[in-house]
Amino acid sequence: MAEEAIKLGGKKKSFFIDKVKELIPDGGNLNLCLTCGACSSGCPATGLEDMDPRKFLRMAALGLDDEITSTPWVWMCSMCQRCIYVCPMKIDIPQLVFYARQSWPREKRPKGIVGSCDMALRNDTCSAMGASEEDFKFVVEDVLEEYQEAQPEFKDMQAPINKEGAEFFLNQNSREPVTEPDEMVPLWKILHLVGADWTYSTKGWAAENYCMFMADEENWKHIVEVKKKAVEDLGCKVWLNTE
Amino acid sequence: MQDPCQLVRKSFGDPVAEDLRFVVKSVVGEENFVDMTPNKSNNFCCGGGGGYLQSGYPEARRQYGKTKLEQILATKADYCITPCHNCHAQIHDLSDHFEAGYHTVHLWTLICLSLGILGPNEREYLGDDLKEVDVFHPESSNF
Ligand code: SF4
Ligand code: SF4
Repeated sequence: MAEEAIKLGGKKKSFFIDKVKELIPDGGNLNLCLTCGACSSGCPATGLEDMDPRKFLRMAALGLDDEITSTPWVWMCSMCQRCIYVCPMKIDIPQLVFYARQSWPREKRPKGIVGSCDMALRNDTCSAMGASEEDFKFVVEDVLEEYQEAQPEFKDMQAPINKEGAEFFLNQNSREPVTEPDEMVPLWKILHLVGADWTYSTKGWAAENYCMFMADEENWKHIVEVKKKAVEDLGCKVWLNTE
Repeated sequence: MQDPCQLVRKSFGDPVAEDLRFVVKSVVGEENFVDMTPNKSNNFCCGGGGGYLQSGYPEARRQYGKTKLEQILATKADYCITPCHNCHAQIHDLSDHFEAGYHTVHLWTLICLSLGILGPNEREYLGDDLKEVDVFHPESSNF
């Protein structure tokens, strides 16, 4: 609960919440709140930074734009959408959070997220850990060969890269090839045993997209497009993103 | 088992959560599976999503995660299965940080363990109780 009374802002021409309403389908139902509190009572971020989803929405509705666009709470909401799920009016609070994130100057947004987004933009692998096409190919081939030898029941197992026309295009979180490559193997074994026709790609293989989390729409879109192109270039039918 | 928000609530809903339970129960045995409450589309986020792990607010992230931690502890289960990367990293960190004692595993690890094809170097996240169980090609260990 707020400790001090909230002071309403002065006259303003255009409020943050109105801009957001224009941007999202059905205005995200942002003006339909019944103030029932179902969102806040089941939100794990309630209480952090003295904020909760209902309060955030009410403050936005009251035009307290400075508070809404400066509270670090927007980085403490995980955009999990549970509040929408339980809300009787299906109000899209996380979308409001998304645009509040976007209102932060780029250099003030969390360095870790900005850094991961920037790293992913460096090459077409889209890896937030900066792994290159060659690195990825080398690690996958090296690990595969090792296991084909060490576990002869899997000597025919494959981890195809850039296989045209494969049914499934599989993304991989950067963490495995970069820090714990053995963790890729159980997944390969399962795919091998079920006879899946799948492939990795040197381009667009990384599953993560931090540009989305930092609410950088242009670069988020760029990353999705690079991956989409990789899927299309190989002519795969299903794109499996493990994230 | 943690229902990943992205997979369940935000993408395929309760049917995929049912599929996950079918797989998990087939792998670990129905009698060894304990569900958290609430679950499926109504689950609580673990606090690893939305960029949280890279956002530089570890205290807030762990405070957020306490909701999930308490839910996991209430099941008294030895393992929490996390079919998502962010969930795995966050729930693993919660157990470490709060010394909660449970282990955090990927679903693929348990599937391969149950099939008897999990080698010695694919067991990073198994606890001591399962580390030595039914090891596939134990001689291929790196250690
Ligand atoms: S659950 Fe929906 S209607 Fe209820 S307070 Fe939250 S946003 Fe308003
Ligand atoms: S999306 Fe954000 S505000 Fe909504 S329940 Fe999840 S953490 Fe809370």
